[in-house]
Amino acid sequence: MDQFILQILNGLDKGSAYALIALGLTLIFGTLGVVNFAHGALFMLGAFVAVTVSNLLTLSHKVVDNTRTDFLGNPLQVDVPYLYDLFGQTTGDAIIDWAVPISIVIAIPIMVSIGFIMERGLIKHFYKRPHADQILVTFGLAIVIQEIVKYFYGANPIPTPAPEAFVGSFDFGVILGFDPNAIIYPYWRLVYFFFSIIIIGAVFAFLQFTTFGMVVRAGMADRETVGILGIDIDKRFTIMFGIAAAVAGLAGVMYAPINSPNYHMGMDFLVLSFVVVVVGGMGSLPGAVAAGFLLGILESFASMSQVIDILPGINQIIIYLVAIIILLTRPRGLMGRKGVMEE
Amino acid sequence: MSKSNFSRRGVLKTGMVASAGLALPQYLRADGHTGFTNAPGDSEVILGFNVPQTGPYADEGADELRAYELAVEHLNGGGDGGMMSTFSSQALDGTGILGREVKYVTGDTQTKSDAARASARSMIEKDGAVMITGGSSSGVAVAVQALCQEAGIIFMAGLTHSNDTTGKDKRANGFRHFFNSYMSGAALAPVLEAAYGNNRKAYHLTADYNWGYTTQEAVQSSTEAMGWETVNTVLTPLTQTDFSSYIAPVLNSGADVLVLNHYGGNMVNSLTNAVQFGLREAQANGQNFEIVVPLYSRLMAKGAGANVKGIFGSTNWHWSLQDAGSQAFVRSFGTKYGFPPSQAAHTCYVQTLLYADAVTRAGSFNPCAVGEALEDFEFDGLGNGPTLYRGEDHQCFKDVLVVKGKENPENEFDLLEIVEVTPAAQVTYPADHPQFAGGALGTCNPGA
Repeated sequence: MDQFILQILNGLDKGSAYALIALGLTLIFGTLGVVNFAHGALFMLGAFVAVTVSNLLTLSHKVVDNTRTDFLGNPLQVDVPYLYDLFGQTTGDAIIDWAVPISIVIAIPIMVSIGFIMERGLIKHFYKRPHADQILVTFGLAIVIQEIVKYFYGANPIPTPAPEAFVGSFDFGVILGFDPNAIIYPYWRLVYFFFSIIIIGAVFAFLQFTTFGMVVRAGMADRETVGILGIDIDKRFTIMFGIAAAVAGLAGVMYAPINSPNYHMGMDFLVLSFVVVVVGGMGSLPGAVAAGFLLGILESFASMSQVIDILPGINQIIIYLVAIIILLTRPRGLMGRKGVMEE
Repeated sequence: MSKSNFSRRGVLKTGMVASAGLALPQYLRADGHTGFTNAPGDSEVILGFNVPQTGPYADEGADELRAYELAVEHLNGGGDGGMMSTFSSQALDGTGILGREVKYVTGDTQTKSDAARASARSMIEKDGAVMITGGSSSGVAVAVQALCQEAGIIFMAGLTHSNDTTGKDKRANGFRHFFNSYMSGAALAPVLEAAYGNNRKAYHLTADYNWGYTTQEAVQSSTEAMGWETVNTVLTPLTQTDFSSYIAPVLNSGADVLVLNHYGGNMVNSLTNAVQFGLREAQANGQNFEIVVPLYSRLMAKGAGANVKGIFGSTNWHWSLQDAGSQAFVRSFGTKYGFPPSQAAHTCYVQTLLYADAVTRAGSFNPCAVGEALEDFEFDGLGNGPTLYRGEDHQCFKDVLVVKGKENPENEFDLLEIVEVTPAAQVTYPADHPQFAGGALGTCNPGA
């Protein structure tokens, strides 16, 4: 039983990342009809916003320490962050420690802007082109973005820790009456899960309870009619692209402490997120979220050694296997709408 | 009246024959009068540096390339000479190799066997490289080594740690300076026993590819020989990025040691996840829970950040070594580039010098003569103490470093501390050891 709960918990945080990326993908597909293969790159860019903010907060000047030497035997040049000069070491350290949460605030305008630029600068030229063209151009864009990131940040992962207050894990099992160490869960992953729930809830609330959201939903259902009513739906869809980029970026920012960001992390999530979108049902926001969590949890169960012993290799194919089964039984996915990508 | 021999058909025939002759790979032209592939001219010799310039190991590849460029500079008489002054052989004099200026071409392995073979083939056939070296992966090393054997080219392996490179996949034209999985296990076991005792239960997470298998086998057999029990071994996909679902069950498995047979991004992520799940602070079987990383790399340790603190592993070489050779190399590399070299850079630099030295001692670029000069060659002054290039399998035998993530690093490079220099004798094994069984060295191929 404890293993069962443990794998559900593990699946939740992984599912959170899938759900957030798939949510953005579905928003873009539902509004603009574009299959955006550069969406994983937006997730990666979000993580690198956290890296950049962390680097900026630790910008330093050199102070020579004559009591110590560097690797060449010269007097050691110690990096002293400018924040120490401005606020003192204790406050400076506290600010640096909270680099990731600070990045959330900074990432929103940055990612929305990137989304606007991406949509206005490139993707809008492909609205009337076949999906294959859209996939090719966005996939190419993703490669360009990741190579740019690699040029500036290198190929190795860059550690971006969570604030000290959230480092470590708690014994969830003891609370539920299990033996100690039965269900250990890291604090930051729990934060990630709740953060994703808040973001998902906020996106749904925005679409459901605001006039802007109502118009967007109407546009998703019947773009032409909304246009005939004199509403500039394209402008709203562009804003939705920016929001989708921000959702992916925030997912990346918060993911940075879970796995050290590297230039390739977007691609690692992209394919699985597309499977999530298809399983959830093309164009269905609730479907994307539900499928994200479902596949995250199933992936966790498939990684259990007891399962691998019985079905070797199942951990590598489980998501695709489930996708095949669901698409065979429900060709439109879990919550897919009739007519979407069926012409 | 003379009759002209020119006809349309004749011109076409002649043209085709001439074109075919010109289009033949350069090595075929060289073969005719030298008896081996890509015999260099009198003025220059071309070496091929095949490293990952893109892909996940691009940073490691960049460091390898820096080391190669430094080696070429030193061989041609530039810079401070680096390890050439500490190398016991003293055959190299800074005038290139056998009086020929050393030039080089580079290829991008992308850490993919097919891409690595293609770039090596291009350097051999189009650029006329007489030796290929490099790589940051055992899969790549094995693939390129086999290609060089077929082409009649010497392959001086870069960073490759799998037993198979000089085990079942060994080749007469291939030589490895880097240590291997067996040596890691043999060096680590006594240190782990001294630190954690012999009553331990180990849980292995192993990358699902060749290197992972040989490393797990080596560490498992070494630790079991000293009394540890292996409670579980789980293969993880090479493409895995989040190891939480593999890490989470470990603490409840009865194990009190987690061995991460991972390298590169896998190692960074699995170690980070293990620390997140509280394994470093946990207790199991009445003992502190411990983590072991059999193969460490400073570049990878940097990616894992503070998570490496206190964790044991092994490495081929470290910039903090105090012997004259290491110090000369660190000074040379650090002055040129502003930071200390990695173990990948070290092994690539050393391999280049060893090749140049072997050619000089042999008095020939013929791969068979070079191979003969390298086989059973004993040397010192290149950073790992007295070293033997064993003729039976073309594996170097030298001291192995057991390192630990440093608790209080003094600077960004100061991530690992050497806890023991394991003598070569302790990591030496017979060439027919079961972990290296299968395959045969074969005979040297000069390519002609």
